[in-house]
Amino acid sequence: MTTTTIARRSALAGATAALCAPALARGQGAPAAIRIGYAISKTGPNAGGASITVIPNYEMWVRDVNAAGGICSGAMRIPLQVVEYDDRSNSEDCVRAVERLVNQDRADFILAPWGTALNLAVGPILNRAGYPQLAHTAVTERAPELARRWPNSFWLLGTGSQAANGLVELLKTQREAGRINDAVAMVAVADGFGIDLANGMRGALQRAGFRLAYDRSYPIGTQDMTPILAEAARQGADTFIACSYPPDTLAITEQARISGFNPKVFYTGVGTAFPLFRQRFGDNASGIMGIGGWNADSPKVQDYLRRHRDFAGREPDRWASSICYASLEMLQQAIERAGGPNRAAVIRELQTGSFDTVIGEVKLENNLLTRLWLTGQWQEGEFYGVAPSSMPGARQPVLPKPAWRAA
Amino acid sequence: MSLRAFGLALAALAALALLPWLDTGFWLALGIGIAQYAVLATAWALFSGPTGYVSLASAAFFGIGAYAVAVLGEALPWPVVLLVAAALGVAVSLLVGFATLRLSGVYFVVFTFGLAELIRQLVTWFEVNVTRTIGRYVFLDATQAGIYWQLLALFALLLAAGTWIGRSRLGFALRVIGGDEVVARHVGIDTARAKIALFAVSALFMAVTGAVMAPRWTYIDPAIAFNPVISFQVLIMALLGGAHRLLGPLLGVVPLTLLFELLNAHFPNHASILLGAVFMLVVYAVPRGVIGLLPLLRRRAVA
Amino acid sequence: MEAVAGTLLSGVVLGGMYGLVALGLTLQYGIARIMNLAYGEFLVAACFAALWLFTAAGVSPLLGLLLIVPAAFLLNLLVYRIFLAPLVRRAASPAALETDSILATFGLLFVVQGAMLAAFGGAYQNYSVLAVPVPLLGAVVPANRLVALLFAVAIGGALFLWLARTRAGTALRGVAVNPVAAQLVGIDVRRAAALAFAAGGALVAAGGVLVSMFLTFNAAMGVVFTMKALVVVIMGGVGNLLGCLVAGLLLGLAETAVAAWVDPGLTLAATYALFLGVLIARPAGLFGRVAR
Repeated sequence: MTTTTIARRSALAGATAALCAPALARGQGAPAAIRIGYAISKTGPNAGGASITVIPNYEMWVRDVNAAGGICSGAMRIPLQVVEYDDRSNSEDCVRAVERLVNQDRADFILAPWGTALNLAVGPILNRAGYPQLAHTAVTERAPELARRWPNSFWLLGTGSQAANGLVELLKTQREAGRINDAVAMVAVADGFGIDLANGMRGALQRAGFRLAYDRSYPIGTQDMTPILAEAARQGADTFIACSYPPDTLAITEQARISGFNPKVFYTGVGTAFPLFRQRFGDNASGIMGIGGWNADSPKVQDYLRRHRDFAGREPDRWASSICYASLEMLQQAIERAGGPNRAAVIRELQTGSFDTVIGEVKLENNLLTRLWLTGQWQEGEFYGVAPSSMPGARQPVLPKPAWRAA
Repeated sequence: MSLRAFGLALAALAALALLPWLDTGFWLALGIGIAQYAVLATAWALFSGPTGYVSLASAAFFGIGAYAVAVLGEALPWPVVLLVAAALGVAVSLLVGFATLRLSGVYFVVFTFGLAELIRQLVTWFEVNVTRTIGRYVFLDATQAGIYWQLLALFALLLAAGTWIGRSRLGFALRVIGGDEVVARHVGIDTARAKIALFAVSALFMAVTGAVMAPRWTYIDPAIAFNPVISFQVLIMALLGGAHRLLGPLLGVVPLTLLFELLNAHFPNHASILLGAVFMLVVYAVPRGVIGLLPLLRRRAVA
Repeated sequence: MEAVAGTLLSGVVLGGMYGLVALGLTLQYGIARIMNLAYGEFLVAACFAALWLFTAAGVSPLLGLLLIVPAAFLLNLLVYRIFLAPLVRRAASPAALETDSILATFGLLFVVQGAMLAAFGGAYQNYSVLAVPVPLLGAVVPANRLVALLFAVAIGGALFLWLARTRAGTALRGVAVNPVAAQLVGIDVRRAAALAFAAGGALVAAGGVLVSMFLTFNAAMGVVFTMKALVVVIMGGVGNLLGCLVAGLLLGLAETAVAAWVDPGLTLAATYALFLGVLIARPAGLFGRVAR
């Protein structure tokens, strides 16, 4: 597997090398560097998510591109120059940072911030200024509408209802095979994505004939999950769904283990796909489902995993990390095909083109990534994608969830 | 603040209003940042300066204004939305005012913080369970220049209100309260009414500021609207500038905003440490707030 | 009935954690009169210290306490002497000191948080020690939370004895009641304040080490803890240890009870409402005195 990848990569490199001379042999009129700007949450509540899913990818991509001499533009390679800001997890600061990138720093391209709220905050400016916006960590029901309103924006992480449908399809199959009952206990963190996902789950579950035996939300920052899980456990549901954020994902899983709550299907939200989850729970992670997933058997994914680990000292997450990196590859290929930092051409290319990325062949439909992993499950130490079952590399879900072991 | 000073201030604001025609990039964005906190900090000091009651409820009023826009922004004409935001801010401030009548000192401070958080929790719960929608989308396409001018106008109104209050019986009553509340009561001043009235004026301006800024973020949820960091920033800027004079807070807002901007732009990875260090240096160097430095400067100018 | 006992027990365990986390601030604000906005950052720093000892050297956090708590004491003593004592010296009034300490510790907050971000990044951290289920009174409580509760009680008790029975402790109590009068009877107020601040710092470090056993934390979470501690301290009455622990317990119980019997979405609303209610009924906190 690895030899094929290496051989393929050098073949590609060789091919492009033939087309792309290094920047030394530059003609007149070509820019000295392509300026990449981004505002990312280095501090504040988003810092946890951003430092796992986005920052290592941005830094690794820039380093890899510059190591190869730069992006191919016309017949020569132009290196990348980075301007980065800390948006402090705050809409106003993010808007100002992007205004700075557009007006003062005159960035050629601006990479997206982390999260739904911040991507929405900077949407209008990027649209007015004509920059492509590859939103890799934003999940909003209104993505299709936003893509129409801002044709320069691309929404790559699907919607809450998509993620919900992915799980519920799987659950329906299991129920029809007689492996689980029709009762579901669900909790959700009372914040944007948590509620979005819960709303999607509720609708999908009801349509699929499931009964919501417990349906509650809890404030963000709740540290003690004991009473909530105790109530959920009392409902006799075979399926437990938590639309949670990383700190509560960990707390819920831990409390479930402590109290011996082991339903047949155990699903937690954001954070399940983080390497921290496996690090924390080890073998106990086995059987737990969550949002995201990937085709861990794919050689490209394995190569990406290895490179990310070597560069950042930690693994990527199994949900948006690879999508984030794929978006950077898409941007690079679009720039190359557009012949240089021509934003309008790049936008057109992203809208219509087909790209070769770590997550496979990507072609956006109406500015949306429609073929993506919706549900994953920890099996044998890796978070494999289990839904939609039509995706290449989809694994069969393991049901029921194995028993908890002592920590 | 004297009428002459007020006139000068108005003239300065009129001059500043020309900014959007001179630059639509860095300076205008900076202008918005300064104007926003100028209104918030001055409104805060309007109440907390003379009475000595430190309020951490700024985020609550700012958030109410922002949320009013989130809910009504696309349904009602803009001036009406601003009026609704103002009315809601005043209504909540009256509730807060009556609840906190017996509190003082640090108890008042933390109470106002708790209140701001309570409002945020209640709005969140309501959105999650009743309207079933968390996060509202605001597509109001506001221009930078428009927001800037509204903030300048708001600041001018605030200065006018502050000047008028300062020269009225209410202002006198508040100065006595700030000196010694027991004495004020014995002298016959209705301290409760005075404090609440002033608190309401302060809240009104904060709410309208929140409403004006909201269209910049497209997506507003309770966590964004009622962000407690706002309360602390307002407090810090006003205290740094000097909360006892009407233009005092501005002297805290401008340097701090510039400092934030500078550090964020040039040291994105270490902004926190540097900011903290500079901050602490300033605290040691200017014991009475920046405005405390002015008499020193004037003395030197005369000599 | 079992469920009720279980809920109440969970509430006590949670409340114990809140009380433990707030004890240090009671000393720092009640006696040293420093409104320490950087309080939570020191707690998170202790969490990182415990994490580091555990992952790098395999040292259990309970043993790590022996190292981290004295280190925190010394560190906070230094912080007080270098950064805060000058403010105390020049403060014209208690209100001015409060203002100055708010501003100065706000700066300190940024420095400490920035240092932690630079050293550890913003990623979430979580490790597990003593995560053994302990069946008790109809609920299953993780051993680490129970240990935190026991420590809260033990530390609170030890602190109470120290303040009540020793000369140094009594001196601190005198300073808390009336700093001017304390000076008149020969108490070295400056030394007492420094001692109180350092002791408060040691306490918050102990709290941090203990809660790190079961909480997920990151470098940016300090403010959350500071605000929680502030609410507990004020609700209990400034400077009152017993008030602090009782307030913590009440808040923990309220949060758990509401989560179990009303709606988990209203837990924080209920705790803030409780806090506000207590203050309206008793404007100086549960056990505080109005004349400050």
